[in-house]
Amino acid sequence: MTETLLTFEDALAGFDPALGLEVHVELNTASKMFCGCATEFGAEPNTQTCPTCLGLPGAMPVVNATAVESAIRIGLALNCEIAEWCRFARKNYFYPDMPKNFQTSQYDEPIAFNGWTEVEVDGETYRIEIERAHMEEDTGKSTHVGETGRIHGADYSLVDYNRAGIPLIEIVTKPILGTGAEAPAVARAYVAHLRELLLGLGVSDVRMEQGSLRCDVNLSLSPSGSGTLGTRTETKNVNSLRSVERAVRFEVQRHAAVLSGGGSVLQETRHWHEDTGITTSGREKSDAEDYRYFPEPDLVPVAPSREWVESLRAALPEPPRERRARLQEAWGFSDLEMRDTVGAGALTLVEETIAAGASPQAARKWWLADLARRANDTGVELSALGVTPAQVAEVQALVDAGSLNDKLARQVFEGLLAGEGSPAEIVAARGLAIVSDDGALGAAVDAAIAANPDVADKIRDGKVAAAGALIGAVMKEMRGQADAARVRELILERLA
Amino acid sequence: MIRKTAAEMAAALEAGETTSVALTQAHLDRIAEVDGEVHAFLHVDAEGALEQAAASDGRRAAGAAASPLDGVPIAVKDVLATEGLPTTCGSKILEGWVPPYDATVVRRLREAGLPILGKTNMDEFAMGSSTEHSAYGPTRNPWDLARIPGGSGGGSAAAVSAYEAPIALGTDTGGSIRQPAAVTGSVGVKPTYGGVSRYGLVALANSLDQVGPVTRTVLDAALLHELIGGHDPLDSTSVDAPVGDLVAAARRGADGDLAGLRIGVVTELSGEGWQDGVMSRFTEAVEALVSAGAEVVEVSCPHFVHALATYYLILPAEASSNLAKFDAMRYGLRVWPEGDAPSAEEVMKATREAGFGDEVKRRIILGTYALSSGYYDAYYGTAQKVRTLISRDFEAAFERVDVLLSPTAPTTAFPLGAKLDDPLAMYLNDLATIPANLAGVPGISVPSGLADEDGLPAGLQILAPAMADDRCYRVGAAAEALLAERWGGLLLDRAPDLTGASS
Amino acid sequence: MPEITRDEVAHLADLARIDLTPEELDHLAPQLSVILESVASISGVAGDDVPPTSHPVPLTNVFRADVVTRSLTPEQALSGAPEVESQRFSVPRILGDEQ
Repeated sequence: MTETLLTFEDALAGFDPALGLEVHVELNTASKMFCGCATEFGAEPNTQTCPTCLGLPGAMPVVNATAVESAIRIGLALNCEIAEWCRFARKNYFYPDMPKNFQTSQYDEPIAFNGWTEVEVDGETYRIEIERAHMEEDTGKSTHVGETGRIHGADYSLVDYNRAGIPLIEIVTKPILGTGAEAPAVARAYVAHLRELLLGLGVSDVRMEQGSLRCDVNLSLSPSGSGTLGTRTETKNVNSLRSVERAVRFEVQRHAAVLSGGGSVLQETRHWHEDTGITTSGREKSDAEDYRYFPEPDLVPVAPSREWVESLRAALPEPPRERRARLQEAWGFSDLEMRDTVGAGALTLVEETIAAGASPQAARKWWLADLARRANDTGVELSALGVTPAQVAEVQALVDAGSLNDKLARQVFEGLLAGEGSPAEIVAARGLAIVSDDGALGAAVDAAIAANPDVADKIRDGKVAAAGALIGAVMKEMRGQADAARVRELILERLA
Repeated sequence: MIRKTAAEMAAALEAGETTSVALTQAHLDRIAEVDGEVHAFLHVDAEGALEQAAASDGRRAAGAAASPLDGVPIAVKDVLATEGLPTTCGSKILEGWVPPYDATVVRRLREAGLPILGKTNMDEFAMGSSTEHSAYGPTRNPWDLARIPGGSGGGSAAAVSAYEAPIALGTDTGGSIRQPAAVTGSVGVKPTYGGVSRYGLVALANSLDQVGPVTRTVLDAALLHELIGGHDPLDSTSVDAPVGDLVAAARRGADGDLAGLRIGVVTELSGEGWQDGVMSRFTEAVEALVSAGAEVVEVSCPHFVHALATYYLILPAEASSNLAKFDAMRYGLRVWPEGDAPSAEEVMKATREAGFGDEVKRRIILGTYALSSGYYDAYYGTAQKVRTLISRDFEAAFERVDVLLSPTAPTTAFPLGAKLDDPLAMYLNDLATIPANLAGVPGISVPSGLADEDGLPAGLQILAPAMADDRCYRVGAAAEALLAERWGGLLLDRAPDLTGASS
Repeated sequence: MPEITRDEVAHLADLARIDLTPEELDHLAPQLSVILESVASISGVAGDDVPPTSHPVPLTNVFRADVVTRSLTPEQALSGAPEVESQRFSVPRILGDEQ
């Protein structure tokens, strides 16, 4: 079924969007939320399971202390209040990838609540109110077997419970109002901001492509200026920054079309389709899920002491905005350069590249010009490309030492992206080093002079500028790997 | 030999007068002889038990006994996970399930060297007071095979009182150790909540369940309790404190001097519905304690009258969630409904319909209702509050007295089938035992004698404050000794000899 | 008086994923009504000032250190599975949505 859409501009002319974002963050603890199983991504199926995370009869949970600490630190970084006393609760619903058929979560007593944070879009600051951040556990992963390979039309499914029980923090915003046409950009900026913040806290890998940060987008529209809240839809598992922006945009257009046509929006879950850029209807929510929450009797309450909370607060890293301001000044970036760097998710990468020895401009250049383009083309996060800041710094060091020029450096990056080894290994294997040996260069220079007698005569006559043509010929002959400065010297020596 | 107490068996093993293999074989023979009638066991592991017995004899011979009870065989209620041994919880839905891990208490038994004879019968998922709700058929009371052995742990109580095992493990959510002990003339202890690990106990109601000893004497119970009790990092609700010297408390109590002890008789746990013979034996037991120097007062616990209702809201709620995991996806029964390519949801529904018995379904539906949005506050929420009031009643009472006494169950064993289709009547069996579970305090049931009407055993319940399990043992052992003196031996000595019944 | 209708029992059975037969529905509705009527006696017993008890022993902050312990082998993990394929639990087709 094809949805009718209003143009984004028309939608905004008649309606005010209200956003709500629910972000699930997988913590990077070594062990799971309630048992000692490892959390390694990509392990062989069902090798990281035990009676507890498999939900075997009789098994019991025990809370991971580091997960609680991470939850509190996230709460503090989002300016939340930290509960003095809170409990876990069971969220009861049946689903084959959920071993106990209840999720151990938190209900009306989240560990962190009433926070706020700020994001910037085009120089404008938006304050996002945080409703809550609570602790819960992840589910297993199903693979659907059948012709389609998707859940619909599958013959049966295969379940791997390695992911079941990995600690999750769910961060929920209050309705975000007043963003108007910037709603998609604000949604994206918020998720990008959260990623940066979580990365800074060191509590998660925040890899959207691996699912360690997942976003559900709630959206509703109300008639412009009415100040009411419309019926919302919840679009699940929007798993890239770009998709967050696109999903908001799509839902705004879709809701607007429904409402403008005199219809009413169905309160439901929507599925985001990355490939086609649309959402489709999921399960209706009007039949309100009855999760039958009640306090988890197998876990005792969490009552973080104020001393603990304050010591965690004191040890929080610098907030992203302050950090950005500090780095911008230190690096001498323009506002535009800084915005591009942050927007590409390259801030920490650039910082680490500079720490590894590269100049700020060089670090920025490689990450933003070349690597960001590649990340965009392949649809992965910059940090997931497989190129490390240390490698970028190493390539730049080779450029600085005269062993590579920019053109050759790009070929080294090709090699890095192809997984051919370290920069030094790629230079050796691909034979990319600049040749500055006089023997090899001399022969090429002599050949160029012999082949271009007219040019040679001009240089002999004192028209030194003409040397460029001969240099070009030598470079072409040596597939770009000649040391251009030395070639020039050799030409001028011979034709002096 | 099988009629000795576990303490005596341990002494005989220590003295080299017998071997664990001989002891274990004697019990396996007894099981072969009488369990066709009693049906206390769902699974007997002769081979495994004898292997463990041989290993125990090796340790004893080397002078390296792993524990005081090393080599004394034991039976384990089928609600506790045993690696390599089937664990069904008396349910079809878990038929054939063999856990890949041991419950902490089972691990402690193995480490202490007790050969595990097998798994005992129970009401399905411990829901019941008669063991008639087992999917594998009822257990019968060794005193009268036409009667129930109590429940849910009728299998463990019957195994012990029929001399099929010297000791057993039970679990008690609302009386499932104490009420069977009372109606089979044996001893049963529900420890303080958190005193014994629940890891590996297939939960009925997590905030009420406790594992405890099922034995023929108070001393045996203390020996077993010390062995299984104590902190377990795998159970978050486990109390990180020493178990206490329970054996010493039992020995001290058996001396029969209770001078200075204040006992309270709970007003609310008597009256209408309490069998005369049960009340007579209870009164005599209290008098015996008073004769040994105890002071007795009557104590009112006004909210106890609401305990049953509170319990039947909290338990089904927790149980409905606990039992959701039995869904045919990862283990246990899988039933395919008719029709083309049924979905996971349809398979779940068909499996749970076929795999659960009536009482389990009844309680799941009740619990689902009590937790439903719109009803939570009225039912579950209110029950949790009344639970607080019941705990406060205990606190107030224990300011005045050291222990509280009541009959363990209102009646003696009733005939099989008598209350099967009257859930409310069945629930009334646990009237006296439930308050302790709601408050988390410990309780013991010891035999108080035979009721005049039917000649069947009745029980005396002794309740103590949380973490004061030693008081249960002291007073229990005193009552046991004082009454045994009167009877000229343990009450169980008067039970019929089943070998005649089976031939 | 709380009463639980046959339709309500059917809805609850659906929530609890039990495919009750029509006979069971007929039987259960009045039975549950009787039980509910009996347990409803506690309404009004506790005032608003009474805190609920969810845990009988007042413990807080029971945590484990974030240390990896040994998992089951996949053979153990899958040992009870009704069906296994490719070291995964094979389950019937899943209707509805990913959570």
